[in-house]
Amino acid sequence: QAKLGSPRAVNVDLQTDATLQVDISDALSERDKVKFTVHTKSTLPNFKQNEFSVVRQHEEFIWLHDSFVENEEYAGYIIPPAPPRPDFDASREKLQKLGEGEGSMTKEEFTKMKQELEAEYLAIFKKTVAMHEVFLCRVAAHPVLRKDLNFHVFLEYNQDLSVRGKNKREKMEDFFKNVVKSADGVLVAGVKDVDDFFEHEKTFLLEYHNRVKDASAKSDRMIRSHKSKSPLSHNLHVLGKLFAIYMDLNQFFLKVSELFEKTRKIEARVAADEDLKLADLLKYYLRESQAAKDLLYRRGRALVDYENANKALDRARAKNKDVLQAETSQQVCCQKFEKISESAKQELIDFKTRRVAAFRKNLVELAELELKHAKGNLQLLQSCLGVLKGDT
Amino acid sequence: MAAEMEPPPLGDAGQTDFREIEDGEGFFVSTVTTLESPEPSSPDPPSMPAEGISTNGPKQEDISLDDDPEDLFAEATEEVSLDSPEREPILSDGPSPAITPVTPTAMLTPRMGLGTAEMFERSLDEIEEDDSGDTFDMHIAVSDPEKVGTFNTVLMYSYIKTSMTIFSKNETTVRRRFSDFLGLHSKLASRYLHIGYIVPPAPEKSIVGMTKVKVGKEDLSSAEFVEKRRSALERYLMRTVKHPILLKDPDVMMFLESSELPRAVSTQALSGAGILRMVNKAADAVNKMTIKMNESDAWFEEKHQQFENLDLQLRKLHASVECLVCHRKELSVNTASFAKSAAMLGNSEDHTALSRALSQLAEVEEKIDQLHQDQAYADFYLFSELLGDYVRLITAVKGVFDHRMKTWSKWQDTQLLLQKKREAESKLQFANKPDKLQQAQDEIKELEGKVQQGEKDFELISKTIRKEVSRFEKERVKDFKVVIIKYLESLVQTQQQLIKYWEAFLPEAKAIA
Repeated sequence: QAKLGSPRAVNVDLQTDATLQVDISDALSERDKVKFTVHTKSTLPNFKQNEFSVVRQHEEFIWLHDSFVENEEYAGYIIPPAPPRPDFDASREKLQKLGEGEGSMTKEEFTKMKQELEAEYLAIFKKTVAMHEVFLCRVAAHPVLRKDLNFHVFLEYNQDLSVRGKNKREKMEDFFKNVVKSADGVLVAGVKDVDDFFEHEKTFLLEYHNRVKDASAKSDRMIRSHKSKSPLSHNLHVLGKLFAIYMDLNQFFLKVSELFEKTRKIEARVAADEDLKLADLLKYYLRESQAAKDLLYRRGRALVDYENANKALDRARAKNKDVLQAETSQQVCCQKFEKISESAKQELIDFKTRRVAAFRKNLVELAELELKHAKGNLQLLQSCLGVLKGDT
Repeated sequence: MAAEMEPPPLGDAGQTDFREIEDGEGFFVSTVTTLESPEPSSPDPPSMPAEGISTNGPKQEDISLDDDPEDLFAEATEEVSLDSPEREPILSDGPSPAITPVTPTAMLTPRMGLGTAEMFERSLDEIEEDDSGDTFDMHIAVSDPEKVGTFNTVLMYSYIKTSMTIFSKNETTVRRRFSDFLGLHSKLASRYLHIGYIVPPAPEKSIVGMTKVKVGKEDLSSAEFVEKRRSALERYLMRTVKHPILLKDPDVMMFLESSELPRAVSTQALSGAGILRMVNKAADAVNKMTIKMNESDAWFEEKHQQFENLDLQLRKLHASVECLVCHRKELSVNTASFAKSAAMLGNSEDHTALSRALSQLAEVEEKIDQLHQDQAYADFYLFSELLGDYVRLITAVKGVFDHRMKTWSKWQDTQLLLQKKREAESKLQFANKPDKLQQAQDEIKELEGKVQQGEKDFELISKTIRKEVSRFEKERVKDFKVVIIKYLESLVQTQQQLIKYWEAFLPEAKAIA
């Protein structure tokens, strides 16, 4: 079980204003679920109180996200990507294995390993909280989505939303829907857009999304191998004790093993920071770029519908049959398309602004942290060397 | 054996080499450089300070060439003799510890050049019993491995610089093959191990590694293998010559100075002698289990235990350093892969400043990857190899302890035999067989002599071991300290580089607008 008390890092740049502020003030991890305390502060009249909290689970976030996606009114917006499911399986397994192997190691070793695994668990926990919070903040910052009724219910209704997870049949339906959608997506993407802006965005997003996917995967792998598992310092320590016959060498080894212990901790922190500033950033933009692609798809779909409606209208006029029907249909399509186009343009521009700002912030922070740790390491090494050389 | 080649024209100082290199150029072509004083700190991790050499005088001939077609297993076809010389522990006709130095070329006047103090030289102020008063001042470099012959045998150059009087010259260069080193070790082991001297073990054979090199596979792993071996041979030679007794051994002198060595034929792993060695080792192991020694000397008991613990712990440390090297290599690969990916991402980013920053990030990561590789290199050569050496050295130490046990056992057995003979003799006193009685008395006299000798041998080996262990421990202390400090210095350099790279990147990141 883990509990979270303090605020965490948000890795995307967002405008927040006083009329609606949302955050996750607390979280509790139970055996197979995480309970988030969603805290809202608002001056809007829609809410009964100015400040209130509810407890939500991951499925309820997904329900909210899906309701946005399915809402035709929001077709012209980039729907903030849903947070990933909290996944503690790997971490839990490791902790369990440790528990089983407790008898085979010394108390010292056990405590140390336990601390490390617990720290890992806590890190994953903090991350999942951050992901869920970012989603809510994005919604709250969006001029239209923040007014959504489901969103208000999500924030305020203090009972369980009784959102059950999808059953097998619904999952199958989703699967087929996705297949159809991707096939359609390819078709729609093939249609050249008259508008240069959108044509450029289409090409750009397609390539960008793929590259971000690749970079995200490679950064994960790199950061994973940063966590070296060599028990070097421990073994040096034991060796030092063996060299007890020579008092000076014993001290020597002990100092060296202490040094390695400290530098190892710094290395772990480097890996954790890289994870936060680089890997998480890439993961997030992987999901956002997908959401942007979805928007382009919807617009493309609307465009195709509009063009088809035009053709239908021409045919109807030519045959002079069902003209009114065709006219209405064409108008609807036209309006839909124009509505989407208008907001989509702004959405995509905002996306770029957000993206650039987020990358800037994170890259700067990454560099600063790397420098901090490298300098820390250097100082440790140099001071230890000074002592050791002085001894010999 | 070796074909006769004409010696190079005399007085030709720059071109004393006369090699035949098949397959174009050898691995590392030896360059004859002028003598220079070494730099105080060498930035490259693996090389012991590689000295420049200058070949001296007319005596210097550099032509130990093997011209005969190299059959990989040629040496395996020699005869197996149960009385092969290395099997017989030479008890009384081996050179005793206090030998006077024998110079192979006594005619030349010893040069008293000034030895340069090098980073890796520690002047041992030990004075052995009959020492001529020479302080240890010698530097050996093994380098410039070179492939020769149709089967790409690798020859190593051994460069020696010394001011010690026991050597005929200040500088010597000879070419040696791996089996020469093994042969030297084999001789030293058979001569000195059983009387308690810790003979440094030779580097291990590797059939796979060597075969790759021999068949001319020029990939990274065979280059690494050659370098690993070169470094190991250098350390081996240095340890051997640092031992004041071993240094004066005529075989060692010959190894260091003479241009031609008789081929060591019994060192091939697959040879008959090799198999015999394995059999002997097994027999020894069995014997060890059955000898129950009454240890009267607590010092030995304690030391034995200490070495057991040390062995265990060194192996663990060795394993964890190897693990570390592995991880660093993995990290390097993944960093390089990420760098490429980041570059691609930068390319597709349509915001100019961000695109540039991402490309810069990719460059930084690429440089960091190179850093990781260099660090792994250092980890390996500085740390891991040293630990491996010590694990093998401790095995030699344990071997010496075992020999002491065997010596004791032999002495005890002789005593038992004497006792039996005495009993038999006293019985014979009452039988009327004067010639048998005489024989028995003769045998008893002989055995009494042997018992005395056995006791002396035991005391001698005990004394030698005490000295050797104390010397070993001092050396070990120095070795480890030096290496660890070097290793830490390499870590310092890595961090300094990292700082440089990120400092260069930070303004680029800030410039994103």
